[in-house]
Amino acid sequence: MVHEILFVIFGLICVAGAVNLLVQRHPINSALSLVVVMASLALIYLLLGAEFVAAIQVIVYAGAIMVLFVFVIMLLNAGVEERSTGSKVALLLGIPGVIVLGCLVGWIMISNNQRLGGIRINTADFGDTHNIARLLFQNFLLPFEITSVLILIAIMGAVVLGRRSS
Amino acid sequence: MVPLAWYLILSAILFCLGVLGFLIKRNIITIFMSIELMLNAVNLTFVAFANYWNQHAVAVSDKIVPLSGQVFVFFVMVVAAAEAAVGLAIIIAVFRTRETLNVDRVNLLKL
Repeated sequence: MVHEILFVIFGLICVAGAVNLLVQRHPINSALSLVVVMASLALIYLLLGAEFVAAIQVIVYAGAIMVLFVFVIMLLNAGVEERSTGSKVALLLGIPGVIVLGCLVGWIMISNNQRLGGIRINTADFGDTHNIARLLFQNFLLPFEITSVLILIAIMGAVVLGRRSS
Repeated sequence: MVPLAWYLILSAILFCLGVLGFLIKRNIITIFMSIELMLNAVNLTFVAFANYWNQHAVAVSDKIVPLSGQVFVFFVMVVAAAEAAVGLAIIIAVFRTRETLNVDRVNLLKL
């Protein structure tokens, strides 16, 4: 029972933050709502027994990436969003399409609810750092090493793009 | 015991809100944040299925373990961090030449 209550509370905070991201006109308010979404997602990961993922969600996403966003917003002195119509096709086809997609996925999940089953909270030492590290450094060693090259390329790309051309 | 469907529906709601933000927002930074929201929604699906598989798997192969879902989330986060760094550098480069963050005024690929 506590599991359901906690899930509903954090799920509602998540959705409220995401809606607030869309409603706010100033980018800094949107960024702070996204921090709320990510923090409550981290708590939902904890409910799912994923301790390591919850920790890096807070440290990497809510910490590093969002600080980068806030830094860029302040660097560019971004003001309130201008109101412009944009693409008519996106408004007329995209928004109903998204709503239909959401309703469709929701309906499929609800109609298959019995067959899917549920998730209990008693998953001792499932997603702790020890198990993740063993998997990461044994089975997924090559992808892990490739991501270091990816990060290096991303750093170089960011430096090249951000450099003032002389 | 929370049904798996609830997690997937929450993930679908977050993903659809991300797509909506991508469509209706005009600020390039907010559009980028909507993309991050979609990535987070997909991560929630991965973690939920990892736990679900751990509790419901009948016969799990010895090479692939249910925890792989969480390792995949780790990789998604790494790629998202790299993407955020490069994307924000592109936004700064665009702002330097165009002096605007409105995507309607950014209609040339040339920097």
